[in-house]
Amino acid sequence: MKKKLLSILLASAVAATTFVGCGSQTSGGTKEEGGSTAQTSEGDSETTEGTEGDSASAEGAFKIGAIGPLTGEAAIYGTAVVNGAQIAVDEINALGGDIQFELKGEDDVNDAETSVNAYNNLLDWGMQFLVGTTTSTPCVAVAAEAYADRVFMITPSGSSVAVVEGKDNVFQVCFTDPNQGKASADYIAENIPGEKIAVIYKNDDVYSQGIRDVFKEEADAKGLEVVYEGTFTTDTATDFSVQLTAAQAAGATLIFLPIYYQPASIILSQADSMGYEPTWFGVDGMDGILTMPGFDTSLAEGVMLLTPFSADAEDERTQNFVATYKEQYGDTPNQFAADAYDAVYTIYESIKASGVTPDMSTEEICEATIPVMTQITVDGLTSEGMTWDASGEVSKSPRAVVIKDGVYVTP
Amino acid sequence: MLTNKNSLRRKGAMPYIVVVAAFIVLSILSNGVLGRAHMALLVPTCCYIVAALALNLCVGVLGELSLGHAGFMSVGAFVGVITSESLSASIPNTGVRLFVAIIIGALFAALAGFLIGIPVLRLRGDYLAIVTLAFGEIIKDLITCLIVGVDENGLHIVFNATGTMGVEDLHMTEGGKTIIQGAQGAVGTQTISTFLAGFIMIIVVLFIIQNFINSRTGRAVMAIRDDRIAAEASGLNITKYKMIAFVLSAGIAGAAGVLYGLNYSSIVASKFNFNTSILILVFVVLGGLGNILGTIIATTILYVLPEMLRAFSDYRMLVYAIVLIVVMIATNNKKVRQFIGGLLVRKKKKNAEGGDAYWLISRIK
Repeated sequence: MKKKLLSILLASAVAATTFVGCGSQTSGGTKEEGGSTAQTSEGDSETTEGTEGDSASAEGAFKIGAIGPLTGEAAIYGTAVVNGAQIAVDEINALGGDIQFELKGEDDVNDAETSVNAYNNLLDWGMQFLVGTTTSTPCVAVAAEAYADRVFMITPSGSSVAVVEGKDNVFQVCFTDPNQGKASADYIAENIPGEKIAVIYKNDDVYSQGIRDVFKEEADAKGLEVVYEGTFTTDTATDFSVQLTAAQAAGATLIFLPIYYQPASIILSQADSMGYEPTWFGVDGMDGILTMPGFDTSLAEGVMLLTPFSADAEDERTQNFVATYKEQYGDTPNQFAADAYDAVYTIYESIKASGVTPDMSTEEICEATIPVMTQITVDGLTSEGMTWDASGEVSKSPRAVVIKDGVYVTP
Repeated sequence: MLTNKNSLRRKGAMPYIVVVAAFIVLSILSNGVLGRAHMALLVPTCCYIVAALALNLCVGVLGELSLGHAGFMSVGAFVGVITSESLSASIPNTGVRLFVAIIIGALFAALAGFLIGIPVLRLRGDYLAIVTLAFGEIIKDLITCLIVGVDENGLHIVFNATGTMGVEDLHMTEGGKTIIQGAQGAVGTQTISTFLAGFIMIIVVLFIIQNFINSRTGRAVMAIRDDRIAAEASGLNITKYKMIAFVLSAGIAGAAGVLYGLNYSSIVASKFNFNTSILILVFVVLGGLGNILGTIIATTILYVLPEMLRAFSDYRMLVYAIVLIVVMIATNNKKVRQFIGGLLVRKKKKNAEGGDAYWLISRIK
């Protein structure tokens, strides 16, 4: 009986490896969509296998890897990053210059272990630049690997300080958590003073805890009144009645939510059913709440958030980006897509400045691009004139928006 | 009876043969044939194999359901990281340091298992499942509250229950190094786990478990599993034997945790959540309760499978789930088993039929 069981397992293993053997050839596709749908990538694989010459033409292209949660609860971020990066890659390729890109997205389910696996998969594929990873906790793990392997890494949205700390080859497009916490406190102190503030944050999350720590520090320094602080963890992220009741009891008139949009959506709807209507203030993790499936966007009316990107911005570049994104992916792009778009353009600029070529090894490219990163200035969707210092942190201006009639508007 | 004994003996050797063969093949392949992605899977696979073996000892041999083995891994991992980081100056040799970390991590996990076992193992019923489930969650929250650092004066530990303290509350001297930063987990750990260490750990654990099962204590444990009342009537100290098996299982899971924790430069406590416990349980159940070789093979395949399925992109986990269901149905369906068994081992048909008859009887019972 056990032998039979063994034989079944072995048979399934053989079958599995056969599948993989077929599947791994798809990665050669020049227009790999980062796995937006399996059908397309399967379709790609057939064309690639049919015309071997096609993949040879991509020989002169730089290989960019992108990592993010494409499935699971944080999928909206990873998908946005891969899609945003793809648009930038397509644009640059369409310019027809010497610099051509090839993009491949890998899924990490927002898990550090899987993220490292995805990273290794991309290196096997021949990745020369890494746009990733999307979320902070996996990003810290991957950044350590990338530092040891000397892979040039620019994360669109891994905002924890630990991502760039002590690593000369890792750069951020987004603000670091402390900067967001500080900017939030500054903004509140300047524009909506006199509020009694409650903070609800997730204390098993680097991102949330990091922002909260600096927010608290800055709020104290600016003389803001923090009347209540409530915490929750991954496992208790389904019910916030305790925190909300306590915040209400403490007389909070503004609730600061340095958290992602899924728990935030629950908080908003629970507060609504309680009849509690404070001012809501979020950070970039709140971005995405309007496109969340099944969420009543009227609950998010009046929510303020700090986000570097607004799809309703008037400038031509943003409008083109939004139009292309809508056309290709049928969705309004969020800040993560814009960050990834900017990340690809940053790589583009760094290649122009350093003069590296696609035939160089990943390590050579990394060493050559690090010194130019502190010299280049990139005009992106998320900010004009982004610059980097040697620590890897970006310098750009924060922007606050408020949700009105289901769209972001500048207050 | 005699043939049974022989086959038992043969079965005892099989896991070693498979593991050693796999190690040799993989070591040869690692010189250029295997890609980075595959190489990076070697150590975690070893960790999960050891953890699954530990859980198999608890669920398969002792017959008590544990839903918190990731908690023991977590204890092992974080104790291991603290040990390794604080000894990095005094023991520069990474192999020795890893060994010391594994021993200390395993001891702490065993201690945790002992503390849980004191009240729970006296009870009958599913209490262990409930308590270990809670244990896993409690450990996760406790570690999230821990801030640990080391400087030349030794370890500094702060318990940050209110969530308002930071690294500066450790009051370390200038050259101090933070090891665990609360929710951020352990960041910047020197990775010292190697595939060789994982392989040795599997062999040692196999040796311990197989000898345990075939020892006087092991037989007593299995007697308790099969018929508690009869075992009690024979004068066995139920709690004592259950405790021995459970603490051993916890300790081994802790050792697996150390290997895991020292394989990544950053780990967070939330990695060792309920899902991880269930994942290990799935390895054990699909490998066969009490079946050591089955556990090893099931763990390897089921752990590596999601990575191998990357070609399916978004449908990866869906395919994985289908594979799980198919394996579950296939291993429980007598007809399917007979069909495949007949296909692959036709000459042993007679034996197989005997085996199935035995299986049927045991099911009826």
